[in-house]
Amino acid sequence: MSVDPPLALLAEVTHRCPMRCLYCSNPLALEPASNELDTETWCRVLDQAADLGMLQVHFSGGEPTVRKDLETLIDHASKQGLYGNLITSGVLLDRDRLLRFADVGLEHVQLSFQDTDEGCGDLVGGFKGAHAKKLAVARWIKEAGLALTLNGVIHRHNASRTRDIIELAVDLGAGRLEVASVQYYGWGLKNRAYLMPTIQQLEEVTAVVEDARQRLVGVLAIDYVVPDYYARLPKACMGGWGQRFLNVDPAGRALPCHAAPTIPGMSFDTIFERSLEDIWLRSDAFNRFRGTAWMPEPCASCDHREIDWGGCRCQALALTGDAANVDPVCQRSPYHEDVRSMAESEASAATESFVYRGDPGRTKAQREQKTAGAMGYVQGSDR
Amino acid sequence: MTARKAVSENDKPRFAPHVRFTFDRRRERWVVLAPERMLIPDEISVEILQRCTGEASLAGIIDALSGEFDASRDEIAGDVLALVQDMTDKGVLAS
Ligand code: SF4
Ligand code: SF4
Repeated sequence: MSVDPPLALLAEVTHRCPMRCLYCSNPLALEPASNELDTETWCRVLDQAADLGMLQVHFSGGEPTVRKDLETLIDHASKQGLYGNLITSGVLLDRDRLLRFADVGLEHVQLSFQDTDEGCGDLVGGFKGAHAKKLAVARWIKEAGLALTLNGVIHRHNASRTRDIIELAVDLGAGRLEVASVQYYGWGLKNRAYLMPTIQQLEEVTAVVEDARQRLVGVLAIDYVVPDYYARLPKACMGGWGQRFLNVDPAGRALPCHAAPTIPGMSFDTIFERSLEDIWLRSDAFNRFRGTAWMPEPCASCDHREIDWGGCRCQALALTGDAANVDPVCQRSPYHEDVRSMAESEASAATESFVYRGDPGRTKAQREQKTAGAMGYVQGSDR
Repeated sequence: MTARKAVSENDKPRFAPHVRFTFDRRRERWVVLAPERMLIPDEISVEILQRCTGEASLAGIIDALSGEFDASRDEIAGDVLALVQDMTDKGVLAS
């Protein structure tokens, strides 16, 4: 099989992040700062990415702006001709730093919003004051002349405010909005029962998005990610394993996707051992689920096999226990009905308990009782 | 709130800020890079997009293309306006 070069590098420059979003897809065990690649090594990764034919770089994390050398990396990427995107929560940014990013060639910022309701947003993000800060950051992004995408993460507790989130994106001058239903990986999987929307909510959100898309043609482009568990067909996760994206994690492991290390029995090469090109073309990890040869039935003989590539391996693992199974979101998977009814029953059980990273689980009642007056979480602390 | 822009032959479109129209040497094809988006224009679209410099009007671009290609002006005008409207809606081109 001939392998096309990847299109984009996901540069996960750190796992550190002051927020503690209940849906965070980061691994449960984070890479400590001391294991992070240094500036020079990241520059080498960016050089190799450009040589390999990648066209875009997404600086992500964790919160990429915790790295003081981010401007150096953006500058380096831009000089290599890579189109630069920054994926951020915004809470650590200030106006001057955004102006510097624009100066060294950043093109686009994707800023996440947890909600339009400040209290609920700060609760789900685990960071008091986040919402107000994000509003300021959105304005600075525009002032710096950067393209702005808002990423609105939707779940059971804010689905009813989807329309407000769309209006917020228009008011802030965003060119794009992602109405992104929570995906259940990492902390999101742990907090699934708290986050899962009901089918009725899903239908309302879909109607609101469809109406807004028509109304806002030429004003705001809206990308819509439906909650997986209620879908009939899986998403083409990462555009297919080892087909478009190459993710380098904070410690320098090259991954076909962010969650791939959850798959038992797989090992991933680091950029210290092999070049990106060698890893992309020849490593066991990138070839393991590439294309269609690995597929079991029903995928192997399905017309959709080169459209969704069998869905998400990490989801197959999380929900069926085996990453090589068809993604159970697919209606042809024997697990499909179970997954859907689990989602429905979790949503209707309406639990109010969740866990933050670095915090034992508590119920809403316990939180309110314990903190009497104060908020049940500490600003800026994620340890 | 801004409104949708309806494209006409008087417009002089150019690429919006943060959109790069470049030749991808590795794959030997033109590509439009935009926020979270990558478009691979076909040959005709490349001909049109290369002329969207902000200086030429669409009327001028259509005339030039009718001279070069074996098709009626109306036909070419239809293709050009449709492409430019679509690219404007997507935020790729601005006038
Ligand atoms: S999802 Fe939230 S906690 Fe996780 S990295 Fe992003 S901002 Fe930080
Ligand atoms: S059977 Fe496999 S290839 Fe077919 S739609 Fe389902 S996941 Fe996709």
